[in-house]
Amino acid sequence: MRLSYPGNVKVVKVPCTGRVDVLLILRAFESGVDGVYLAGCLEGECHFLRGNLRARRRVEYVKGLLEEVGLGGNRVEMFNMSASQGQRFAQFAQEMTERIRLLGPSPVKKGE
Amino acid sequence: MIVGNRKDFSEILEKLGAARRVLLLGCNECVTVCGVGGEREVGVLASELRLYWTKEGETFEVREHTLERQCDYEYIDQIRGFADDYDVILSMACGAGVQYVAEAYKTKLVLPAVNTTFLGVTIEQGMWSERCQGCGACILDMTGGICPIARCAKSLLNGPCGGSSEGKCEIDKETDCAWQLIVDRLKESGQMERYEEILPVKDWRTGRDGGPRRRVREDLKL
Amino acid sequence: MKTNSVIEKVLEQGGFVVTSECGPPRGADPEVVRRKGELLRGVVDGVNVTDNQTSVVRMSSLSACAILKGMGLEPILQMVCRDRNRIALQSDLLGAAALGINNVLCLSGDHQKFGDHPQGKNVYDIDSVQLIQTVARLRDEGKFLGGDEVKGRPMLFVGAAANPFADPFEIRAARLGKKVKAGCEFIQTQCIYNVERFTRWMEMVCERGLHERCGILAGVTPFKTAGMANYMKKNVPGMDVPDDMIARMKGVAKEKQAEEGIKICVETIERLREIPGVRGIHIMAIEWEEKVAEIVKAAGLLPRPEIQ
Repeated sequence: MRLSYPGNVKVVKVPCTGRVDVLLILRAFESGVDGVYLAGCLEGECHFLRGNLRARRRVEYVKGLLEEVGLGGNRVEMFNMSASQGQRFAQFAQEMTERIRLLGPSPVKKGE
Repeated sequence: MIVGNRKDFSEILEKLGAARRVLLLGCNECVTVCGVGGEREVGVLASELRLYWTKEGETFEVREHTLERQCDYEYIDQIRGFADDYDVILSMACGAGVQYVAEAYKTKLVLPAVNTTFLGVTIEQGMWSERCQGCGACILDMTGGICPIARCAKSLLNGPCGGSSEGKCEIDKETDCAWQLIVDRLKESGQMERYEEILPVKDWRTGRDGGPRRRVREDLKL
Repeated sequence: MKTNSVIEKVLEQGGFVVTSECGPPRGADPEVVRRKGELLRGVVDGVNVTDNQTSVVRMSSLSACAILKGMGLEPILQMVCRDRNRIALQSDLLGAAALGINNVLCLSGDHQKFGDHPQGKNVYDIDSVQLIQTVARLRDEGKFLGGDEVKGRPMLFVGAAANPFADPFEIRAARLGKKVKAGCEFIQTQCIYNVERFTRWMEMVCERGLHERCGILAGVTPFKTAGMANYMKKNVPGMDVPDDMIARMKGVAKEKQAEEGIKICVETIERLREIPGVRGIHIMAIEWEEKVAEIVKAAGLLPRPEIQ
């Protein structure tokens, strides 16, 4: 399809969004990223049945934690798409990048 | 197990005050099982502190350490070598653990990061419910294995009160009426005649009302 | 005859008891109690004085009882287990008897969650059944719960409440049985709107012979408005208001609803009187004491018997 999406998005591959732990997201923020989003399969179509549903709940939990520490819950998000929806992948990458741009760089940026 | 809730981050920050060298101390027992103060939760709180203080441009040190138990001196003693490197010990154990750590490190500021709530069970992953209040004189044989002291909002020994409606307690539609459960259980187990007995006035001396409790077994002493 | 209670005497004489209630004010003004008491003079045989009902702080029941007693009325001291331990409860029982109060109504009490101090600690050292036992023990055995001897027994007629509409229904009569076994001599029930269900409960009560050991007074509360009927159905735990009764209240114009509420109440009393085992009526006209006389009169329950 040769779709393009913003180059600032660094993809971390996991076997399932159900693999993504709260600590993994927090560590990403500690390393200085401006935002994190999970690209999970469509709800109801998880190969492991409920991995993406659990990931969504963890994202909600992390939103609360980020609010508490003053980074803002909007810096983390959960999106759902199927493997064949490349367009959606690119669209969410664009959407998230714009959202984070508006929020500005993370105040936890390392080495600044 | 003992169940708790983590304190709000803002309250923890307030309690920490100006302290920036923090020994965050988890416990591998009950609070690990109920997801409030084990190694993982220590990691999350430590991460929150690091994110917050980095954002604020502060210098700090957060050390994560989880003990096998905080209610036994032998384990608490394991941090002896480095406890003094920190301004505070922020304990994620239950209230017993926090106190015992404080007793062991008399010159250290020891703070609680958890609100200890109840003795309970795991209903399902991520959900716990109260079962016991440690009254010191168990009557579960009389009440179909369901404790009215812990599970009735009024701790009625001769319930249910007039507020029991469709199996739920008057205080909250999410809360089961303990006496409905007791009656159901007595019925199912063919013990309804037990319901006719008046449970006598309770002697609360075995409970907290008798003062702080202690248990001694001479045969176990070294 | 165990006590000087007017309720006991009317029951002994085989009369039909009428009681009502007076909620003490949320302040220290004794005039409020006197005014409410005056409305009930000659109309009822006894006046319940609520004990911080719905867990809202009010003038103490004991003080308001003393005021009514001073006016020559017959107060019924309501006592809940929520706020006092066995030391305070027994102390107040002795104090009540010393003030000439002849009746006590033993209750668990609403949970403080519903009141104006939900932050408070509750006590529940003993429960309502055990409070009945306590009064009976002080009076009949002359013993405190702790076992010591009472010097000057409190001669109180012992009552309790029963809710025929709470769940589980099948043990409701059994629970009343426990109260009677504990020493309860009269019962006032929760407000009755569903007379059919109450009748079924009374049958269970009579089967156990409880009506012969304990005077059962059926509780009624007149609706002021259709909104109140609806509220009670939806929000008061353990309250059974049939839909047709709400429809009847809604069916009349707003300014006529109070009148309709009184009419329903009087009709209910007439039906309750016919039920075997019912020995009296307890009218809870919530902040509407001025209507009690009208209801009692319309129900043909005047004049009240003269008790010496």
